[in-house]
Amino acid sequence: MRHTLTVLVENTPGVLARVAGLFSRRGFNIDSLAVGRTDNPAVSRMTIVVEGDDQVLEQVNKQLHKLIDVIKINDITKDAYVDRELVMIKVYAEAATRSEIMQLVDIFRGRIVDVGRKTLTIEVTGDEGKIDAFENCLRPFGIKELVRTGKIAMLRGLKPGTKNNGYKEEDMV
Amino acid sequence: MEITAAEALIQCLEKEEVKIIFGCPGGAILPVYDALYGSSIKHVLVRHEQGAAHAADGYARVTGKVGVCIATSGPGATNLVTGIANAYMDSVPMVVITGQVATTQVGTDAFQEVDITGITIPVTKHNYLVKDPRQLPMIVKKAFHIASTGRPGPVLIDLPRDIASRKIKFKYPKNFALPGYKPTYKGHPSMVQQAARVIMKSERPVIYAGGGVRISGASQELLKLAETISAPVTHTLMGLGCFPGDHPLFLGMLGLHGTRYANLAVTGCDCLIAVGARFDDRVVSKISGFAPTARVIHIDIDPAEIGKNVRTHLPIVGDVKTVLEALLPLLDKKDNAAWFERIEQLKLENPLVYKQERQDVLKPQFVIEKLNQYKPCDAIVVTDVGQHQMWAAQYMRFKEPRCFLSSGGLGAMGFCLPAAVGAGLGAPGRTVILVAGDGGFQMTIQELATAAEQNLPLKIFIINNRKLGMVRQLQEYYHDKRYIAVDFRFNLDFAALGRMYGMEGYTVETPEQLMELLPGILASPVPVMVNCIVSGDENVLPMVLAGTNIDEAVDK
Ligand SMILES: Cc1ncc(C[n+]2csc(CCOP(=O)(O)OP(=O)(O)O)c2C)c(N)n1
Repeated sequence: MRHTLTVLVENTPGVLARVAGLFSRRGFNIDSLAVGRTDNPAVSRMTIVVEGDDQVLEQVNKQLHKLIDVIKINDITKDAYVDRELVMIKVYAEAATRSEIMQLVDIFRGRIVDVGRKTLTIEVTGDEGKIDAFENCLRPFGIKELVRTGKIAMLRGLKPGTKNNGYKEEDMV
Repeated sequence: MEITAAEALIQCLEKEEVKIIFGCPGGAILPVYDALYGSSIKHVLVRHEQGAAHAADGYARVTGKVGVCIATSGPGATNLVTGIANAYMDSVPMVVITGQVATTQVGTDAFQEVDITGITIPVTKHNYLVKDPRQLPMIVKKAFHIASTGRPGPVLIDLPRDIASRKIKFKYPKNFALPGYKPTYKGHPSMVQQAARVIMKSERPVIYAGGGVRISGASQELLKLAETISAPVTHTLMGLGCFPGDHPLFLGMLGLHGTRYANLAVTGCDCLIAVGARFDDRVVSKISGFAPTARVIHIDIDPAEIGKNVRTHLPIVGDVKTVLEALLPLLDKKDNAAWFERIEQLKLENPLVYKQERQDVLKPQFVIEKLNQYKPCDAIVVTDVGQHQMWAAQYMRFKEPRCFLSSGGLGAMGFCLPAAVGAGLGAPGRTVILVAGDGGFQMTIQELATAAEQNLPLKIFIINNRKLGMVRQLQEYYHDKRYIAVDFRFNLDFAALGRMYGMEGYTVETPEQLMELLPGILASPVPVMVNCIVSGDENVLPMVLAGTNIDEAVDK
C-alpha cells in the first residue's frame, strides 16, 4: 500500500542526504519526495510517498525518527488531506493541433506558460490522478519533455500536530 | 578574549571532562593539535587511525564515558571508518573529530579531501560539518549529548582547517535545543503492568539479556528480576558479564554458537523477556523457529529495534534500568520449580565440551578455559574476531559487566589490540588479557608500539592455529572442505615479535608448557606475549547451521 508521510525536519545542509540515504540503505521504496522550507526558516517539510505494508511503514517511521534532524513524522494516508502536484509538459503543437490542445488545457484548468514555434509548454496542478489523466490526453500529440514536482500534502481543517512550530523558533541554533 | 575555534574545541573537551584522546595528526587538523599543546588532555599517538577509533571504543566500553578520537582529513578520516562503524553497531558512545580541507576548497577534490560526513552518515548516530566557527561550541555540546544519551553511538565532527583557525568569543553553552531528539527513558506504565501480568502468569520464563543492560547499568536490577521470578538468564555476546557467570540461573550465550541448554531453554519457554537486546540474526537464526511458544516482552531504549526482526507481543520502549525499576515492585516471588528442574537437567545433559584426545596437543578451548580459571577477578578480557572469540564467549565467566570487550555487530578483525590499549588506559592497574587469533591480530599489529609507549602491561595470548580458523570452519561446513585462502604459510614468531616491542615473549605448544607459565604471566607486572600453538582444525561447537532453528544446533 502507498503511504503519504509529512515529515518536519531541521533545515540543515545534510538533511536531504540523510533521509534519502536512509530509504535506499534500508531498502524502502520511495515513490516521491518533495521538500521545501516552511514558514519557519529553520524547518523544512518533506512530503514522502512510500510503498510498503504496515510492518515496513512502522520501520520507515521508526528509522526516520532516529535521524536527529527529523522533528516530526505524520502518516496522513488514512486522514482527510489535500494533495497537489505540479507538472510542466512541453508538447508538440502544430497549427492543426494547437486549438485542440488548448481546449484540453482549459478542461484541466491548466495554463500555457510558454509558446514555441512547434511546442506549447503547459502547467497543471492537481492530485496525482488528474495529472496522470492530463498526461494521457496529451500523449497522442507527442510529449517532448515532462517534469513533475512530486506530491505535497496537507491535512484538512485544524488538526493538532501538523503545525510546523511545535516548539519555539528561538530554540533553533 | 577571543580564541581560535581549535582552542575552543580543546576547551570544550576539557569542559566535557575528557581526559584522553586517541589520534594521529596531519595537515588539516594541525590547528587542533597546536591547541592541544599544553592542554591537560592526554593525547595517545596511535600508529593507524583505525587503532585510534578502536582505542577510544575500548576506553568507552570499560569506563562508560565518551571515547574521543581524532584524525586528519582524507586518509586519516577514512582510516577511522571501520572503528566508527564498530562503535555504531555496538552502541558505544564516541565523539570523533576529523580535520577537513579549508571551506574555500571543499568540493574541489582538494588534496586529502574526502566527504567524511557523507561517508559516515550510515555509521554514525549523527555528524556535523562545521561551517561557522561560532557554532563549534554548540556542536560539541550537542555531539557529547547525542553520543552518550539514549542508545549511545558515535558522533563525528568535521572541522575545516580555515574554520579551526578563526577567532571566536568562547563560551561553552549550557542549554541547547535538539527538537528531533528526545529519547524515551520511562517505560509506558500500562505496558509495564501488562508485562508484569504476563510474567506472573508464565511458568517457563527465560530472560535474554543484551548489551543494553551494561549500557544502562542495570545488572543489579537484572539479577533481582531473575531471582524474583526464578527465570534463567541467557545473554548475547554483548551481554556477557551482565549477569554473574557463577549463578545457578546463568545459561550462557544463546544463538549461533550458544550453549545447547540456552538455545533449548529459549525454544521451550513460554515467556521471553528480552532486555537491551536486538534479536540479531546471529542470535535468532530461523525466525519462525525462535522462541515459538513464547510471549515476547521486549524492553529496549531504541523503538526501531522493537518488531524489526521478531514479532513482539509486549513492547516496552525505555531505558532498561528505569523500566526494570518500575517492573520489579509489580512482581511477586515465584519459583517455577518444574521449569528450574528442567533447566538443571538440560544443563547436565548438554554440557559445553571439547575433546582432549592427546596430552601433548594444545587445544584452543583449553587455553581459554585456563585463562578463565586463572584470571584475576577484576581482569578485563578483550578478544578479536573469529573462533577464539566464540570460545571466549563460551568459556569465559564474569561477575561484572564491562570486563569483556568484543566486536559484536560489526565483527571487525583487528579490534582486539587497539581496544585493549584503550581499555588499559581507561582502567589503570587492572589486568588486561587479550585473546586474539593469529589472523586478526595482524590487522592492527602496529599498535604494539602504542601499547609499549604507554607502558601497558598487556597479557597477549595469540591463539595461533596458523589459519583464518573461523573461515576454515565455514568452508568445512558450507563448501565441502574446499579450503581456499585460509592457511598462513608464513610462520610468524609472535614471541620474538613481542620481544622486539619490549615484551616478554613465550611460545607454548602443550598444555603442560602453558600451565607452567600461566600463573606467573598473569601475575607479572610487565607486558607479555604468549604464542599459543594450538591444534589447527578445531571447530566452534555447537553450531546452528544456516536456515535451521537454534535448537537444532549440530555437535560435530
Ligand atoms: C576485517 C575483517 N575481515 C574479514 C573478516 C572475516 N573473518 C571472520 S573470522 C575470520 C578469521 C579470523 O582468523 P583468526 O584471526 O586467525 O582467528 P580464528 O578464527 O582462527 O580464531 C575472518 C577472515 C572479518 N570478520 N573482519
